[in-house]
Amino acid sequence: MRHLPAIVLLALLASVMPAWADRIGDISETSVLEQAKRFFSFRDPSVRYAIIGSILLGISCGLMGGFIVVRKMALFGDTLSHAVLPGVALGFLWNMDKDPVAIFIGATLAGLLGGAMVALIRQTTRLKEDTALGIVLASFFAVGICLLTRIQKMPGNKGGLDEFLFGSAASIGRADIILMAVVTGLALLLVGLFYKELLVTSFDAAFARAAGFPVNVINYALTLLLAFSVVVALRAVGVVLVSAMLITPAATAYLLTDRMHRLLGLAALFGVMAGAVGAFISFLTTNIPTGPLMVMAATMVFVLAFFFGPRHGVLMRWWRQKSRSARVKRENTLKAVYHVLEAREFEGEGVSLRELAERRRETLDEARAQSGALCQHHFATLHDDGDAIHLTPDGWQRACEIVRNHRLWELYLTNEAHIAPDHVHEDAEIIEHVLGEETVRELERALNHATRDPHGRSIPGIADLATGSAPFGPPEPVTGYTPRP
Amino acid sequence: MNELIPAFEWQQHVVAPWTTGLKSTLWIVLMGFFVATACGLLGNYLILRRMALVGDAISHSVLAGIGVAVVLALQLDTPTLFIAALLAGLAATLIIEIIHRYTRVKQDAAIGIAFTSLFALGVILISMKSGKVHIDTECVLYGEVALVPLEQFKLTLAPALAGAVDKLPMSEVYLRGNELVMAPDVIRMGFVALAVALLVWIFYKELLVSSFDPALAFSLGINATVVHYALMALLSVVVVSAFESVGAILVVAMLILPGATAHLLSARLPVILALTVLHAALGTLMGFHLATWLNCSIAGAFVVAGMGLFCLAWLLSPYDGLLAHWHRRRNRKARTAQRKLARTPRARETENLPKPLPVPPQLPALWARSSIG
Repeated sequence: MRHLPAIVLLALLASVMPAWADRIGDISETSVLEQAKRFFSFRDPSVRYAIIGSILLGISCGLMGGFIVVRKMALFGDTLSHAVLPGVALGFLWNMDKDPVAIFIGATLAGLLGGAMVALIRQTTRLKEDTALGIVLASFFAVGICLLTRIQKMPGNKGGLDEFLFGSAASIGRADIILMAVVTGLALLLVGLFYKELLVTSFDAAFARAAGFPVNVINYALTLLLAFSVVVALRAVGVVLVSAMLITPAATAYLLTDRMHRLLGLAALFGVMAGAVGAFISFLTTNIPTGPLMVMAATMVFVLAFFFGPRHGVLMRWWRQKSRSARVKRENTLKAVYHVLEAREFEGEGVSLRELAERRRETLDEARAQSGALCQHHFATLHDDGDAIHLTPDGWQRACEIVRNHRLWELYLTNEAHIAPDHVHEDAEIIEHVLGEETVRELERALNHATRDPHGRSIPGIADLATGSAPFGPPEPVTGYTPRP
Repeated sequence: MNELIPAFEWQQHVVAPWTTGLKSTLWIVLMGFFVATACGLLGNYLILRRMALVGDAISHSVLAGIGVAVVLALQLDTPTLFIAALLAGLAATLIIEIIHRYTRVKQDAAIGIAFTSLFALGVILISMKSGKVHIDTECVLYGEVALVPLEQFKLTLAPALAGAVDKLPMSEVYLRGNELVMAPDVIRMGFVALAVALLVWIFYKELLVSSFDPALAFSLGINATVVHYALMALLSVVVVSAFESVGAILVVAMLILPGATAHLLSARLPVILALTVLHAALGTLMGFHLATWLNCSIAGAFVVAGMGLFCLAWLLSPYDGLLAHWHRRRNRKARTAQRKLARTPRARETENLPKPLPVPPQLPALWARSSIG
């Protein structure tokens, strides 16, 4: 399933785009296939750099993203990534060259300045956090745009500075790779060493403070690491969309797991996948910047997890809900069969559909559909040309259990919670489907193995469960359950 | 450094645009003012509702709508763009809602996912077709407000009317003989700004109540969902009409900065709205001259000037200003120090300060009985 986004993207690509090729100026292959072959042969240093770069940036962004998503700081990441733009321009101005180190230092400083300004606005004014983030994001970005347009009108070689806006995996060079490796290594090292500290400050800052963790220091360190990760990802993803590489893989992982270390691992994995797929597709096509492609790849993974995630996926949840409501419906039918049998004091085995429909105040067709469902689950068999149903031993046992749950709960509510007997039915109607054996046992103990519910009807005991559909006399006090023969 | 910041010349950078270059200056400044006013008025409500970053999300998402229009090879005229933007904006709002409601992803991350993916989609679609349409990715970022005066539409007036128009100030800009010459984008943006101002005026009560007190709004029969989606729809329309001139990202600044500045200076909504318009006018004027001086992106300079005004308000505001804060803190410190001084008996003697009142004899007994001890 994890390769699906790549395949989908490839299929899309093949259908939409004709053979536009020669991504890097000096090559003349023109077919998509040739380009793909070239990409996978790893012959080219630029291909190698792009692949290594996207893997490294996927890891560092995924790790940091995991923390900012669980800390609800996702939009702080967005602000930080926009705020680095003036730093990029100033780093370029330092010696009028795309020197990765100068740009790294400038961008990091600008990002941290932006983060500090957000904190300062929040502390000293009545403006709320979202406004403070918006102000810093947009104004720093505007300063950056002014500087970039100014630089473009200056004499000298300034090509490729636009690449920082939307990213270009092809322009990753050796020095960029070294920087990325250092930052990713640092992130891995710090997260590995201080995992406990980061975990506790992320989930319960007040507890961490009380337990004596240096919360402020940890927060500053995390912000610094975040700024580093954003800055090294700039060259490949671009200023505008770096935040997506932080947020989307981590949010995808958040849909799939509840454990922080698994979340971090999955986030890094999804980041790497999105980075590699984006870099690959941007090699195949002309004039589509890398950043948006990586982001779309990450979004595809998110969409897949959104629908098909095993625990929190929308489809799975819908399926679970549907099967649960079908089960409740079945159990209600079983209960109705029991009630019909009880009303005629358990004489005769079968219950005609007509009786069932009357009991549930439904049409005959609805009763027939529900008995069909019962038969499907081997709770009952149809007799008399489909006009009557007989419960199987399984069905009988389940029906007894449901009625027992219902009546035990009613009794519990009246005896222990002192609720009037005419007010307990609705509650019992809901809880009868979810009471487990353990709880039932506890209820029976608490109620001293009572045999009559508040309305005077008998509570089916173990004898009834065991005897299948045989009629039974006045219930005996029950002391325990024996397994069914 | 001299290369980066040229010398400032009053004549060339401030006076000349209003004399020799009046024709383009007026349209550009008007455009900036209309954009900032329309965005700023709406932005106030975003700030009040703590939805400033939803505005950010919608301004990014509009690009997806434009991208789809480009790929479908639709005419990029005003109605098409408006509809595309409207749909994209509402789609963004819906996606955020859906992610937030159906998963455990928090709202901030939902916003982050929604707008980045829509923006990325827009960039991909537009760059696939770039060269064939006049929108490119640069325009997405900077906007092209400088190109606004180049496009013209003409309207022939009756001679009597032309004579009347000729008496208006600066008529040489928009009147040529009997023909009225206008920049269509500016006129369109003017209408949008006017529409926003009118809507804010007409629905003042509804917006006010639902922004400050949703419960009260509900009991007054105001449908909060309708207000919310109407606001988002209006926002998308404003964003798309501002889009070509200031770019997708700088729109966010236009949305937030005027309102945020006004919020620092006043707590009353009518005053805030008035200050928003003032900020829009001042920011645009200063930004235009900044851009003329530094020869950089005009839209970027609008925002930088707006940020300057914000910082000024932040420094000087009587409520929230840094100086006011500092002053108050200093006063408090001085008072505390004086009180501390007054508590030492020696200081009482030397400084001749009033002695503290003697404690009434029954009080210690009361203290002893109470739990405070």
